[in-house]
Amino acid sequence: MKNNRLIKVFTNGLLNENPTFRLLLGMCPTLAITKAASSGLGMGLATTFVLVFSNMVVSMLRNIIPDKVRIPAYVVVIATFVTIIDLMIKAFLPALSSTLGIYIPLIVVNCIIFARAESFASKNPVLPSIADGLGMGLGFTGALVLLSSVREIIGTGAWFGVQIMPEGYQPMAIATSPAGGFLFLGILLLLVNAAVQYIERRKAQKEEEIL
Amino acid sequence: MNNLLLIVVGGVLVNNFVMSQFLGICPFLGVSKKTETALGMGMAVTFVMALASLITYFIQTYLLLPFGLEYMQTIAFILVIAMLVQVVEIALKKISASLYQALGVYLPLITTNCAVLGVALLNVREGYNLIESVVNGISGALGFTLAIVLFASIRERLAVSNMPKWMNGFPGALITAGLMALAFQGFSGLL
Repeated sequence: MKNNRLIKVFTNGLLNENPTFRLLLGMCPTLAITKAASSGLGMGLATTFVLVFSNMVVSMLRNIIPDKVRIPAYVVVIATFVTIIDLMIKAFLPALSSTLGIYIPLIVVNCIIFARAESFASKNPVLPSIADGLGMGLGFTGALVLLSSVREIIGTGAWFGVQIMPEGYQPMAIATSPAGGFLFLGILLLLVNAAVQYIERRKAQKEEEIL
Repeated sequence: MNNLLLIVVGGVLVNNFVMSQFLGICPFLGVSKKTETALGMGMAVTFVMALASLITYFIQTYLLLPFGLEYMQTIAFILVIAMLVQVVEIALKKISASLYQALGVYLPLITTNCAVLGVALLNVREGYNLIESVVNGISGALGFTLAIVLFASIRERLAVSNMPKWMNGFPGALITAGLMALAFQGFSGLL
């Protein structure tokens, strides 16, 4: 029973309330660093790390933090974990650190993390909060990897830096340009919307048949 | 002088915060349904970004660097920005009630606008001096205002036009923004 609830919370972030495709949160990194699949993956995992730990700490402190100063308190918690991950990436993955640049410290103002602290972690016990952070983080990572894979393959013919398109493929430079970020995210959202509407219509039809 | 001019042209057009650096996308998509509110948001952001550039410059040079606390940059800057927004809100309430009324809800939202923290971090990264930092903050914010006002006026038109069903809402808005970004890329030859 209890495990069931954790799994439900976890998959909620992964699919139903996917932060990128369903809630449209955290758009700045989504657009800025999805030129290459590897930076999409790095950004996603860094955000997941911050999300899991900030959810955990906010949930542990939820009965101690006074309501009036909760936003500054969240800011400090989130900024602490962002600093930790920033320093770790700088030390162990200098190449990733230089491609992601200021977007790592900017995780502090990623609305996904604020939204989860405010709407989930501050009202739930520690374990579900960690599950929620993990689900939301991996949902975000999945969306970033999907978008960055599409952009990298179309824009350079490679995936994670390995050439996968046939020799004669002419890369479309627009996919990796800033304009391409907006366009490809728009197209992906359009496809997701269409799929969701299709599934909902099928569900409604099935219910009608049963009746 | 030339240097400052380059920063202004770069901030407003070539390296436009929204269209080429993807800073401040949340308000760009969220507060762009009406031209007037978009303009109000732009003005509030300009004010805060100029002040934030100024204050974070002093914090970086006179507090973090002398004590070797550069690793505290993120925490220090975000707290200063959050405080600054609060102070601006209180001050505006006293000084100009009409401007406060006009900006109202948009003021607290600015704390989580990544353009503000972004400009503070960029100033440090580029090694700008005091005047360059403030000019960079103002021109970046003007670029943001330009982009959000243009985008809002397009969206006002889109709202009354007949779009394919799946394009309604965000997909359509993003594709519109993509076309705008394409136009802004044309400025890259300026510098």
